Amino acid sequence: MHDKSAHAARHRVPPTGFIRKYIFSTDHKVIGEQYYGLALAAVFIGMVLSWIMRIHLAWPAAAIPGMQLLSKNGAPGGVLTPEYYLQLMTMHGTIMVFFVLTTAPLAGFGNYFLPIQVGAEDMPFPRLNMLSFWVTFGAFLVAIAAFFVPQGPPLSGWTAYAPLSALGEVAGPGQGTGQVLWAVSIAIFCVGQLLGTLNFISATLDMRCQGMGLMRLPLTVWAWFITACISLTAFAVLMPACILLVLDHVAGTSFFVPSNLVVNDQLQPHAGGSTLLWQHLFWFFGHPEVYIAIVPAMGIVSHVLITNMRRPLLSHKAIIYSMVAIAFLSYMVYGHHMFVSGMNPYSSIAFSLPTLAITIPSTIMVLIWIGSLYGSKLRINTASLFALGFISMFVSGGITGFFLAQPSLDIMLHATYFVVGHFHLVMAVAALFGIFAGTYFWFPKVTGRMMNETLGKVHFWFTFVGAYCIFMPFHYLGMAGNVRRYQAFVDDFMAPLMPVHKFITIAALITGAAQLIFLYNLIHSRFWGELAPQNPWEGTSLEWSIPSPPPFDNFAGKLPVVYHDPYQYDIEGATNDYVMQDSPASINSVRGEK
Amino acid sequence: MTTTVHERQQPDSARYPAQADFGGHGNVTSESGSWRAVEDRSPASRTGIWVGLAAITMTFAAFTSAMVVRQGSSTDWRHFALPSVLYLNTAILLTSSVTLELARQRVRWLARGLQPRCAIPLLWLYVTLGLGWLFVVGQYAAWLKLRSEGLYLATSPSSSFFYLFTAIHAIHVLGGLAGLMVVVWRFSRPVPTLRLSTVSTVSYYWHFMDLLWVYLLFLLWTRI
Amino acid sequence: MGKVFAATLIVIALASAMPIILHTWEPPADISTHGRLIDEQMSETMAEAGVAFLAAQLILAWLVWRFSNRPKNEKIQHFPGGARGLVAAAVLVVGIEVMALGIFGAKAWAAIYFTPPSANALPIQAQAGQFAFYFRYPGADGKFGPIHPEMVNEGNLNFFGLDTTHDADSKDDIVTAELAVPVNREIHLLMHSKDVGHSFFIRELRIQQDFVPGLDLAVHFTATKPGKYEILCTQLCGLGHYNMKAYLKVMSQSDFDNWLKQKAALQ
Repeated sequence: MHDKSAHAARHRVPPTGFIRKYIFSTDHKVIGEQYYGLALAAVFIGMVLSWIMRIHLAWPAAAIPGMQLLSKNGAPGGVLTPEYYLQLMTMHGTIMVFFVLTTAPLAGFGNYFLPIQVGAEDMPFPRLNMLSFWVTFGAFLVAIAAFFVPQGPPLSGWTAYAPLSALGEVAGPGQGTGQVLWAVSIAIFCVGQLLGTLNFISATLDMRCQGMGLMRLPLTVWAWFITACISLTAFAVLMPACILLVLDHVAGTSFFVPSNLVVNDQLQPHAGGSTLLWQHLFWFFGHPEVYIAIVPAMGIVSHVLITNMRRPLLSHKAIIYSMVAIAFLSYMVYGHHMFVSGMNPYSSIAFSLPTLAITIPSTIMVLIWIGSLYGSKLRINTASLFALGFISMFVSGGITGFFLAQPSLDIMLHATYFVVGHFHLVMAVAALFGIFAGTYFWFPKVTGRMMNETLGKVHFWFTFVGAYCIFMPFHYLGMAGNVRRYQAFVDDFMAPLMPVHKFITIAALITGAAQLIFLYNLIHSRFWGELAPQNPWEGTSLEWSIPSPPPFDNFAGKLPVVYHDPYQYDIEGATNDYVMQDSPASINSVRGEK
Repeated sequence: MTTTVHERQQPDSARYPAQADFGGHGNVTSESGSWRAVEDRSPASRTGIWVGLAAITMTFAAFTSAMVVRQGSSTDWRHFALPSVLYLNTAILLTSSVTLELARQRVRWLARGLQPRCAIPLLWLYVTLGLGWLFVVGQYAAWLKLRSEGLYLATSPSSSFFYLFTAIHAIHVLGGLAGLMVVVWRFSRPVPTLRLSTVSTVSYYWHFMDLLWVYLLFLLWTRI
Repeated sequence: MGKVFAATLIVIALASAMPIILHTWEPPADISTHGRLIDEQMSETMAEAGVAFLAAQLILAWLVWRFSNRPKNEKIQHFPGGARGLVAAAVLVVGIEVMALGIFGAKAWAAIYFTPPSANALPIQAQAGQFAFYFRYPGADGKFGPIHPEMVNEGNLNFFGLDTTHDADSKDDIVTAELAVPVNREIHLLMHSKDVGHSFFIRELRIQQDFVPGLDLAVHFTATKPGKYEILCTQLCGLGHYNMKAYLKVMSQSDFDNWLKQKAALQ
């Protein structure tokens, strides 16, 4: 037998010295951790911003201690000004969508585990990988810098609709320097992510070890691969849009600013631009972005669930094909964000039907997960609880898509809190549950120590119940017509809705505070947690056949050989109920290898 | 559900023949005198370059659709004659692709031992590099020409898109020149060591810049 | 712990459904001629989504309750029907149901957007600017005078940039800060944005449409019930966005004529 693993890999020498090892490292594992750390820092900033917004919405006159330190003009005496509320809201959305939901599930976990799970010693282009992180980090610094320029960050929301975003300082505080910093930051971010996708796609196609056929890849790898394909096209379109936006600001061009606009009685020196052009370019990225956040979570949740159910899913392929279908459909549906934007009404119908069609692959996935639970031997631990929570959140958040996919109902729900509830549940909370599931599941592998299960479960209960308490009422507010992006609810009919807002704020404060338990658990377990065995959850994929934490080049100079499909559980003749992917033992299972 | 476990099983490389020689490690394919061509067996760089080119294609597709929409929505589109130096630049860029191919072929011969000396492929590489720089300078000359006609970036959407397309393309060409310079540098060392895949990757990229420019020239020629 | 999860999920699912079943928070009653279709579509979608939501959550809860932490000696059972049955169910039952919903729902959309306004609809121009709405009635000649953007001056109350000295059509135009319409008369609302994107949302009228700068859009509607209703801006337009509103007053034809006369006198 031609034993390929005898060929040693490149015989790479681990770097010495702190900077090459931990800062400018080309090791995919370090880069994965760096991305995760960036997302962790960003998510706490974003969460604090949401706290401030929620407190202001529930008690508009309340002084928030310390706010005046962040911005003297934005929060005189600690009370937010209307513009500062919008500026914080913009930064909340920007930080959360770009620097948390894009970086953690794909770039964080993907960088760490994709090369290991395909049986490679590193990404194919380690230096580009390092560059990808540092470019993204630079983008983050530029975005954060917007807080510290005189007029503060932009107030045009994370969608930055033109011409509000393109007119400059005259359109509102932060619309000058702040908005330019925003656009530059996002353009840089796009470059960073494109560099990342290069590695993800090439690694999946070319770095698989011997025996690792495409259908033998774990579902996580499939999810990252599909997400990378979505990123490739989405960020390649957002970057040009941001370049055009910057040019409208600094070079006096008129890509997005039409003629004859009058702001403060001044005729604006722009002519002929198209405002809908920005919306088209933005949402061509923006809708696939939802799947960039959620598809990796689908992969992680499948992986975690299978391991804890002790059985493979009813169909491996159905999940893969559903993810592919979702990725494909994601480009045909972006117009559903623009039903009331003055698009041709016929194109609204054309965008509505593919949007509704996304229900089909989504339902297939949910049914496969649920159907696989039937008859399984589900192990309840923090990771599997978060995975189950993901399914629940994905259903709750996804089902409201029935409403928003229909242009006639969008008339009543567009720009209301219904939309806020919908995308927070399906994109933010569901993806975060995927991230949490992945964190509790892989922490032992990454650090060599177990996380504290009790604290983990406490964290889960607060987060699960809390997320529902926060985001379910948003739907009710929306149905009553409560408009989003208002810093105060001065309209007559919104006054009776204030108790709901107060309830949401209290729930958000408690749920947010519960995340400190997670942070404590993460840090404490990192240094003082119980030592983890190599395969604590009795998993089968390649990451569990190497030590915890993995050595520098993953497989200690010997590339693995894979003999089986990824999820060989429920094997009766085996010593355990599972067979590792790289175990040469052959299996004659009734279910067979699919 | 009866299951048995046997001792050992062959990895079914027959089922996945494509994986049979995946190893991701370098292998010396030729050593002729003082020169080493290292062929990286991992084709990752080949996939990588296609992925990169796909991203670049999407970016220019987005700019193109922006141009179409912007032209359709406006009455301020100003038509102007393209600077004739562009046609010369096109010829230069196309020639550089030919010289690069010549260089690549000589490198391959070198690896097989059919070509005794490094000097000839290196010469063709220098010619390509020179033509590439000439192209960038030529594009700059086109800008100067437009400026002399009073057409600046913000003068009209047509001039905006002209500068935009040529500038973004030139930035990408500069990236290609950087790649070529790396190849030349690796080649000019006392013991030249070069991965053949590096040469291929750089040349794919360079030819793509060529094609992209022809497309852009056609786009600008029909719309401006 | 699995049973706790199941119980919690059941409580959450039922509690989430409660406000919907009890109609705790709902949009106000419809006062438009086209709104009935939207409302019907809304309740049909709600019924379908509600059933799917409850079914999925309760089944998930039951499965976790039943199959979590089972004793070691129990065997893994296979779902009867396997994946094929589930995929078929997803495609045939859920897929067709949802697609049908969308196709029939397009009827309501078509009723609003695919039909042109009738010839005798009353034209009114709405202008949105940071952070107020203004409305313009064409006056006796039935014609709107042209807008001169360079003449817009809020200090002089020339919100639209009208040149009343030179443009004959502008002389009798009536500009107001509230939108008054006669009941049961079709209105053709011509939408113009002065600066950035805004939106026009009246819940009771079942109408929401963006003001797109550089693109003058139009909507048409018929209000069927006299009263005073809030017009909200729903497109983020700057720091005063939350406070950008106006009122729609639906009145009888004679009240409307009087109102218009009064406003004309003020111009």
